[in-house]
Amino acid sequence: MTLQLGLFITGQTSNSLRAMENLRRICQHELNIPCEIDIIDVLEHPQIAEDEKIVATPTLVKRHPGPVRKIIGDLSDTRKVLLGLGILQNSSAGRMGKEEGAGNERE
Amino acid sequence: MSASRAFELEKLRTGIAGFDQISNGGLPLNRSTLVSGTAGSGKTVLALQFLVMGVQTCAEHGVCVTFEEAPEDLMRNVASFGWDFESLNRNGQIAIVDATPEQGEEMVEAGAYDLSALMVRIENAIRKVNAKRVVLDSVGALFPQFSDANVVRRELHRIASALRLLGVTTIITMERLDEDGGLARFGVEEFVADNVLVLRNRLEQEKRRRTIEILKFRGATHQKGEYPFTVDHAEGVTIIPLSAIELKQRSSDLRVSSGVPELDQMCGGGFYRDSIILVSGATGTGKTLMVTHYLRAAIERGERALLIAAEESREQLTRNASNWNVDFDSAEKEGLLRIIARYPETMGLEDHLLYIQREINEFQPSRIAVDSLSAFERAGTPKSYREFVIALTSHIKKVGITGLFTNTTSMLMGGASITETHISTITDMIVLLRYVELYGVMRRGLAILKMRGTQHDKDIREYVIDGHGMHLVSTFRDVHGILTGAPTYMFARERDHLAEMFGGSQSEL
Repeated sequence: MTLQLGLFITGQTSNSLRAMENLRRICQHELNIPCEIDIIDVLEHPQIAEDEKIVATPTLVKRHPGPVRKIIGDLSDTRKVLLGLGILQNSSAGRMGKEEGAGNERE
Repeated sequence: MSASRAFELEKLRTGIAGFDQISNGGLPLNRSTLVSGTAGSGKTVLALQFLVMGVQTCAEHGVCVTFEEAPEDLMRNVASFGWDFESLNRNGQIAIVDATPEQGEEMVEAGAYDLSALMVRIENAIRKVNAKRVVLDSVGALFPQFSDANVVRRELHRIASALRLLGVTTIITMERLDEDGGLARFGVEEFVADNVLVLRNRLEQEKRRRTIEILKFRGATHQKGEYPFTVDHAEGVTIIPLSAIELKQRSSDLRVSSGVPELDQMCGGGFYRDSIILVSGATGTGKTLMVTHYLRAAIERGERALLIAAEESREQLTRNASNWNVDFDSAEKEGLLRIIARYPETMGLEDHLLYIQREINEFQPSRIAVDSLSAFERAGTPKSYREFVIALTSHIKKVGITGLFTNTTSMLMGGASITETHISTITDMIVLLRYVELYGVMRRGLAILKMRGTQHDKDIREYVIDGHGMHLVSTFRDVHGILTGAPTYMFARERDHLAEMFGGSQSEL
């Protein structure tokens, strides 16, 4: 199984650069499965952002396997990224589950 | 005047009925305006109308950024106003940016972010259709999607500034929780707009009353206070620009007949063509008969007449008119008469006003009668009734036709009513119809209370109603106080009268 990811950034802003760097690190060190990364600069491809309804940048989209999930931010919170990708299950991170619960409440 | 105008920001004509008047010319050009209001106050309709009117009246294209309603729902909802968003969208006149949250999609936050992607998409849409107008509806829906409200506020501020540089005029709608609380939720107003409109939808004495207020326009003038408006399925939002109504009425020397020859004589040859006449009297004094005469005078001259009936049905009116040998039915068939019979309670006064104005514009009558105007008091608060009367009067004056209103007084003898106090100053002529009790017999008296711009007969004339209608006969002599409803008789005549009255009966005894 290959993880297909899309990372939406806006030019060379510090958030964009950090997000690319963090994603590279996570793919290399945290994930045991191969991933395809598609980096989309919305300044150059606004229509793709339109089609995928991207509002915030950076946004990481897990396109495959489904369901589609979006993770926003510069990806500096590794645990949240893994949770968002469905790699890290709540059971494998007991204290994480608690944290995410708090996050949901805020939303 | 010219000096103060030099500093004023340029405005963009919106094309929304009444708005350009109360805003002294439209929305501040290339700025953002926040439209705040409670749920159901008409924000979205106003905002989308801004886009549609741009295309229809100014050939200006627009972008609609929707945060709350999916584009399909949005298009379907406004289709009822006759706005074909779908084809406007297809023809590249209006672009839609869908910023609604995806149903069931989880969004995780993992670090710092901003809303640059949204800005890029808006910019892209503006370029694509070469837009001059942008709507963000409603930005409140953006807040629950993100954990940090500060980021959203900051980004909205950034978007508003960027839009200004792009040379577009923007409406941002935002929900507020209640009519008297904070201006907008999440403190948006402090960050976003130099210009704020407030839409209200209050319940006043069991009647809904919608108003719009321009709270501020930075660096530009506007009319102050709340203006009533209505949301209507033919035109969307229509604002009634009351105090902005100009007293710029033409004056005509032409006279038209009232339909009662003796009354024409009394007022020196008939009503002025562009005057407003108020006929005031208790029930049964012959107001509707007078209206019938008035309408017939137009029909006989081959002119169109419009009757707004608020108390009787079309069938009743037609039947009663035929008793006076006036054939309403064939006049309607010939296109000389239009009767609109509608109970005042069926809708709000703003809607009534809109419908009457529309009838006038469509039918182009030379005279209009409202029978009775006072019945409309029931359909609103005293304030909105007053506004209704003023707006209706000024519209009739504007188109330069004759208007005859009837007013039912509550007291049989004498007395005044709200309608009289409200509109006596804006009518050109007041005709009083009164019951007069003389020597134990009910008779009827007519007086012209005022008539602008001409001499009129000051007598109180007795009139009778027979099979041919209303006839004015002699003047009441030797009687005072008819108008107050408590007549007193002059002594000399009184003694004669008493002698007559009892003389007959004494001889019988």
